[in-house]
Amino acid sequence: MDVVEEHDIQDKPTKKKTKKPKKQPKPPHENGNDSMIEKTEPEHVDAPAEFSFPPTFSVSEIKNKQRRHLMFMKLKQEKRKQKVAMKKKKKKERDALGDKAPPKEVPKTIENQRVYDETTVNPEDEEVAFDEGTDEFSAYFNRLTNPKVLITTSDRPRGRTVRFCNQLATVIPDAHVYYRRGLALKKVIPQCIARGFTYLMVINEDRKVPNGMVLCHLPDGPTAHFKVSSVRLRKEMKRRGKDPTEHSPEVILNNFTTRLGHSMGRLFAALFPHDPQFVGRQVATFHNQRDFIFFRFHRYIFKNEKRVGIQELGPRFTLKLRSLQKGTFDSKFGEYEWVLKRHENDVCRRRFNL
Amino acid sequence: MADKSQVCSVWVGSETGILKGVSLSKKQAFNFCEMSCLSRDQEVCVLGWGDEHETEVLVGSVNGTVKTFSTEKGIFTETRQCGESTQGRFTGIAVTDSALITCVETGLLRVWKEGSTDTVEINAGTNVCRMRQNPSQRNQVATGGKENGLKVWDLERPETPIFTSKNVRNDWLDMRVPEWVRDMSFIPDSDKIVTCTGHHQVRVYDPASPQRRPVLEAHFGEYPLTALSLPANQDSVVVGNTHGELAILDLRKGLVRGCLKGLAGGVRGLQCHPSLPLVATCGLDRFLRVHSLEDRSLQHKVYLKSRLNCVLLSSKDLELSGSAVTGDVEEVKEEGGEVDEVWDTMEMINDQAKKRATDEEEAVVPGVEKTTKKRKVVK
Repeated sequence: MDVVEEHDIQDKPTKKKTKKPKKQPKPPHENGNDSMIEKTEPEHVDAPAEFSFPPTFSVSEIKNKQRRHLMFMKLKQEKRKQKVAMKKKKKKERDALGDKAPPKEVPKTIENQRVYDETTVNPEDEEVAFDEGTDEFSAYFNRLTNPKVLITTSDRPRGRTVRFCNQLATVIPDAHVYYRRGLALKKVIPQCIARGFTYLMVINEDRKVPNGMVLCHLPDGPTAHFKVSSVRLRKEMKRRGKDPTEHSPEVILNNFTTRLGHSMGRLFAALFPHDPQFVGRQVATFHNQRDFIFFRFHRYIFKNEKRVGIQELGPRFTLKLRSLQKGTFDSKFGEYEWVLKRHENDVCRRRFNL
Repeated sequence: MADKSQVCSVWVGSETGILKGVSLSKKQAFNFCEMSCLSRDQEVCVLGWGDEHETEVLVGSVNGTVKTFSTEKGIFTETRQCGESTQGRFTGIAVTDSALITCVETGLLRVWKEGSTDTVEINAGTNVCRMRQNPSQRNQVATGGKENGLKVWDLERPETPIFTSKNVRNDWLDMRVPEWVRDMSFIPDSDKIVTCTGHHQVRVYDPASPQRRPVLEAHFGEYPLTALSLPANQDSVVVGNTHGELAILDLRKGLVRGCLKGLAGGVRGLQCHPSLPLVATCGLDRFLRVHSLEDRSLQHKVYLKSRLNCVLLSSKDLELSGSAVTGDVEEVKEEGGEVDEVWDTMEMINDQAKKRATDEEEAVVPGVEKTTKKRKVVK
């Protein structure tokens, strides 16, 4: 038997494996390398010591699908068993040590491994405070203007985009939706400024689905171009509440830490009126995580001092900033403050810009 | 303040009106601004050297004032009002023989003489984007702008330009090609001028040749080229555009030699070092970057908090550090003091070996000596 098995081991021991997923007796592992244990466990049956492992055998080389599947299942079960055993052992050790146990290890996530960005804004920085105090949004933040938003789309929008625009208009107070009619944006902008609009929002559509947004702050302000994804309209929301009312919502801006993030935060904040009407109990959230900005709109109610209930109303979408251009919309001749360059950003997975 | 400004090898002007000096060897950036009253109308439009020894920096602001900053003393020594903000922003500043030359966007080129209030005025057309001075013949300046071709003026004959360029021939649709000169530079050791345009073209003009049309035309990218600079030796040119793409173009054939990576915002200021193969860029993404031209790698990157408008490199030998390290912001006085003490002790030891007569000479030129000593210590 041993001789036969040795031969089999040399040329992929498929023959001796039958359909019975029984565990065959394992030979001692002390002579083998630890790294080879996983691979060799399932297939080598009491191989003699010198012969331990067929080199570079892996489960994927078994041609027969059923047998391969069985081998793989065995491999997984083995791994799971080992993992459970390790966990139990660790827990035992921890209980045994009691108070002297070392603190629990925090798992590494991409957010906590984030490379420190030197443009992170320090709240006491005077120069940045001056820069922000006199930039294009200062008119809004000094309460000199009230926001008035014009929402439009690319030419000939289809149903989904139209409904999205209408729902956005209910979420943002003082927003007006206009049909595009093939007009050039550079000609629309002076007319908007003349009529006192402060924002122009253009939702771009591709194949009947909204996929881009150009947000232009009007008197002379920056233009941001976003990629829009995961748009969920009101009908598609589960457990949603009734339609939003006309009250001004509160605005929550999460995690905009860098200088560019600050500019974005101010851009979003200036869309909404200065004073939220708390009677309406509505809140719009722009949450930045890993350079994606998630927009959610909720209604909240305080059940008692410590518990809040929330209902999600309104559309939900995700934005990713593609470029921030200084000045009003001029994609050919405008100067860009920041452009997303994919090749340069993909180098490090832990570096983010917002 | 004086010791900080003496160490700085790169000067940057920002949109908030602050003149920033960066010392790449010490990896520190310093803000030099008059009092804490900043305002947007003091936004720096142009920077230039006030004299040949690079001890004075001329700072031109949006409100029409030109301030002189002394690098040795570390303060602004003089302010002159050279026009009002209604006349447009400064597009160029230069100095010849104690006269100050300024040019604004509306095309008014003025020569302000020391002591007298009257100025020699030249009308360089409308919409001037840039004015540059010929480094070898200091009384020649070039201007160019939107729909305003390249013109070379001699300041002694202010009526007509000595060279006016002609637009290229109509294109294949027989339509006039629009022209928009954004930046220009005089090629040393010859009469030629290189310009970069807002329609992503780089053109070379030769006033010595009988043709007024460009001698060479090259294209790069799809976005307006905003800044241009000539490196020390080769016949190449470095250009930057509004998307933050920097490229080195070869002027013999007009091909792209390579691109410099790293910029995320539009390039506003670009300058090559006079002798070393380095190029400094500043832009709207609030960073100052220094790249090496030989291997196109990033040498230094400094975050400077405000959008930057113009950059000025000094000819002092910049310390080339191996890795690209980010610069720290703001001065740390104690660190500077300790370093000074170390250098003082170094000098003392050497003094005993050398003659006492040479002590004073060493003290006078501390900057150069320090750099060489530093190299010895490090290596």
